Formats: sequence, C-alpha cells, structure tokens
Amino acid sequence: MNFHKDILRLDPEAEIAAIKAGIRDTVLKTLRRKGAVVSVSGGIDSAVCAALCAHALGGENVLALFSPERDSSPDSLRLGRLLAGKLGMPSHTEDIAPILEASGCYRYQLEAVRMVFAEYGEGWKFKITLPSIIEGDRLNVSRLTARTPTGEFRSERMSAQAYLQLVAATNFKQRTRKMLDYFQADRLNYAVCGTPNRLEYDQGFFVKGGDGLADFKPIAHLYKTQVFQLARALGVPGEICDRTPTTDTFSLPQTQEEFYFALPYAKMDLCLYGHNHSVPAAEVAPVIGLTPEQVERVYRDIDVKRRTTRPLHLPALLVKDVSEISEMKKAVIG
Amino acid sequence: MTQDEVRAKVHQFIRKNFLFDEKTPLADDQSLLGSGVVDSTGILELIAFLEETCRVKFEDSELVADNFDSIDKIAAFIMAKLSREKV
Repeated sequence: MNFHKDILRLDPEAEIAAIKAGIRDTVLKTLRRKGAVVSVSGGIDSAVCAALCAHALGGENVLALFSPERDSSPDSLRLGRLLAGKLGMPSHTEDIAPILEASGCYRYQLEAVRMVFAEYGEGWKFKITLPSIIEGDRLNVSRLTARTPTGEFRSERMSAQAYLQLVAATNFKQRTRKMLDYFQADRLNYAVCGTPNRLEYDQGFFVKGGDGLADFKPIAHLYKTQVFQLARALGVPGEICDRTPTTDTFSLPQTQEEFYFALPYAKMDLCLYGHNHSVPAAEVAPVIGLTPEQVERVYRDIDVKRRTTRPLHLPALLVKDVSEISEMKKAVIG
Repeated sequence: MTQDEVRAKVHQFIRKNFLFDEKTPLADDQSLLGSGVVDSTGILELIAFLEETCRVKFEDSELVADNFDSIDKIAAFIMAKLSREKV
C-alpha cells in the first residue's frame, strides 16, 4: 500500500449524499420517527451530525439540545447556539447542574478528587491525564492534575478507588444528558442521534448508556480527519472547525489526547487506519513524524483499548437466546 | 521477602482479583497486559497492592510495561528495587 498523509481524504459531496440517504432511511423507515434529537456540545462531531440530520430531515425536524453543567466551558453553549441558528434548527437548553447536584454527582466527584488532594476546594480546578506513550512504553496510569487558587499546578497518581469514583461521577453527567435526549425524543416522536466518530467508536471513548446510547450513529464509520472535511463542506462555522477537540467534562481544560488518545487526532487517525490495513509501523512512522517503535506502541495501545472497551459495545447479554427477538435483530442489522 | 514469595503473592492477587476462578491458566511468564488479564483499572489496583505489600513506592519513570507485564517481571523488578533501596 502507498501510505501517505492524505490517505483519508474523501469526496465530501458523495459522502454527505450517502449519509443523508442513510439517515433518511434509518430514521423515517427503519425507526419510523419524524425527526432527530442531537445533543450539541459545541464540538466538531455533534456539529457535523446536526448538520447532516438537518440536511437529511429538514432543519425544522431536528432538535438541538444543549445541556451545560457546572464544569462546561461557556464557549460550548455559545457555539452550539451559533450552529443551531445557522442550520435553522429549534433548540432547547437544559442546565443539568441542579439534577447532578440533587443526585449527589458533584458530591461524589468532590469526594473522589479529595482522595487525591485532601485540601481541594473553592477555586481549585482539575482534570484527569494519562502519560504520553510516545515518550516511552508507559503504562496507562491515570493522574489527577489540579490547579490551586494561586495558579500552582499539582499532579498525583490516582488510586483505583479515586479513579473509578471520579469516572463514575463523570459518566453520570453523560447519562443525565442522554436521559434528556430521550425525554425530548419521546415527546416529539424523534430518534436520538449518537455523535461518535470512528476513533471514538472503535476505541471505546464513550459512556455506555451515556453518549454511547443512541438510535443511530451517522458518522461512526468516519475518521475524525474526515469529519473535519465534511464539516467544511457542510458549512459548519469556522470557530467550531478550528476548536481543539476537548472532553469539556472536567473543570480544567483538557484535550482528548491528554485523557484518552495517545496522539493528536490527525496522527491517531493515520495510525488507526494503518493498523486496520496492516500497514507496517515503519511505513506509517515517517508520514507522521514518529519512530517505528513509537508507532508500534500506538498500535499496541489501539489493540489494548479495543479489547478492554469491548463490553461497552455489547448489548445486555442473555443467559439463553430468545430466538424471536434475535432473529428480528439479525433481519434489521445483519 | 524472597523473589519466590513476591511471585506467589502477585500470582495469588491476580488470580483472585482479575481471573475470578481457579481454573483459568495463569503462567508466571504470561503477558498480563497483552493477554488482557490486567486492564487500566487493574493496573492501578496492582500498583497499590505492590506498594502496600512490598513496602515500595514507584517512581513514574518505573511505571513501564517492561516492569509489570508478567508475574516474573514484576517479581524481578520488585527484588531489584528492594535491593537498590537497601544500598
């Protein structure tokens, strides 16, 4: 294979046409719903999904849902509204902070952070980070990085208990958003659109029952680089296209590569493509400016994440088959 | 603590916490990360267990696959670390 940096380039118009047809077929015929709900985060993936749904179903038949909470960046809501306005989509804003407060999510989150930094409180901010596997064959040991009110940065390795509780509290936010997506979808007789790109879908960068839950996922087959290509062709506002992908989950700004992926998305995409197509690491390495050993490490990390997140993709597992239902599922999804 | 004792303790910990049964094969030279026995949460539990049981404190630079990828490697790494700290 002639592997090169533009190998993921696609024909945006043809891809958009194919996805639009797929959305219409899925939503209107298979799911028999009148429109779609898209949780719009202000990021590129949800922007492209919203634009594709608006083009496929008509902007008036797509609801953009904004669900900010205490740790969300104000930019997310502003950019979401900018997009909805441009696409002619009705929108709804639901501040989920009171739900999270009432359900104890913030209390559990604070408790988990204080397992690492006992003095954490007013004026502090935090994020979870992973070591770079580019610098060495580091284990994926999560660290909590905090900024004190005086601006000092501290970073400590997390215990399993602190890590699991903090991730559980974070996942709660995603699941709360999904509950609101489905409330609006039920109310309007719409389907819920999931917004993962291929990198996120393949590598399990989603919350089961949270952002991973949806009736259809129109860009799950596209590498993130391709999502950016579609964004420009769909006329997504430049400010969204130029924004660094973030998790927008913790109080300190955090890039997706700090939290989950080993590399910036463009390089990660090329590694994932290379690995999927059995391109030797030595052939990928010069194209993305890494050594073959570094690419080998990324390949191994891809395999590990794929394997460890496999349960996220599974439906509820039955002890014995219910053939009437499994046959129906096979008929729809193959 | 001897290397065999460390190996036995780690073996028992991994079997009890990550395999959940007595039947699944677990070789001391088996890759724990590559075979999926220890995942990203498991590695945090394993590190905490080793630090407490063997009374060591790992530096970030020591948290590399080569030191933790099998029971044999863990036992050898712990013994080397303990002997360095004695000196």
